[in-house]
Amino acid sequence: MSDTRIYVGSRPFDMAEEYAWLAACDDDGAVVTFTGKVRNHNQGDEVSALALEHYPGMTERALEEIVNLARQRWSLQRVTVIHRVGELRTGEQIVLVGVGAAHRGAAFNAAEFIMDYLKTRAPFWKREVTAQGSRWVDARDSDSQAARRWESGSRMTPGG
Amino acid sequence: MITVLFFAQVREQVGCERMTLEPAFSTVEALRHSLAARGANWALALEPGRLLSAVNQELVDGGHPLSAGDEVAFFPPVTGG
Repeated sequence: MSDTRIYVGSRPFDMAEEYAWLAACDDDGAVVTFTGKVRNHNQGDEVSALALEHYPGMTERALEEIVNLARQRWSLQRVTVIHRVGELRTGEQIVLVGVGAAHRGAAFNAAEFIMDYLKTRAPFWKREVTAQGSRWVDARDSDSQAARRWESGSRMTPGG
Repeated sequence: MITVLFFAQVREQVGCERMTLEPAFSTVEALRHSLAARGANWALALEPGRLLSAVNQELVDGGHPLSAGDEVAFFPPVTGG
């Protein structure tokens, strides 16, 4: 079954539960999961918490589209993308990408592709709390470069 | 009518998260240009370059046409994950 699970919300997720669902297909020989956590530092400052804003509706659509793009490139079974929003403390899980496939190459590549595209195309914004107050996190050029690796030929540049 | 949404820094700078306007703009860029003329904070928030825009929840270029009923959003580069 090539099912996709997408969840955007404040609820924490349980890795064991998510893994069990991803690993339930006996055709598969590979499950790759990536978990993103709230780091305690950024750009030299200590970070005590994050607040995540998103664009309800578009977020889920963007994640679905990213998973569909991954499915066009690799043969995948179950795929899970979970992204939390709202207030998160240091050490908490923010994001989970999980991919099941027959072989590890497809699973590793698809998980990385989904994360790279999520970082540049899904409408989430982080605000971090430091000792100096709270500030919006700047987008990183390295994330755009990571996403561009997967593209060949011309690319549409979204802009205002 | 069209609905215009603002997120993150853009929302804070313009001091508004949602507005409804007459569908008097041919493209996203025409709308952006008109909004940017509302004041210095609007011009700063909606400065082209890194600003992203979406129509009906899909990322689009400034040349994307607009019609009545559209939901347009302006926001800074995304930082999820």
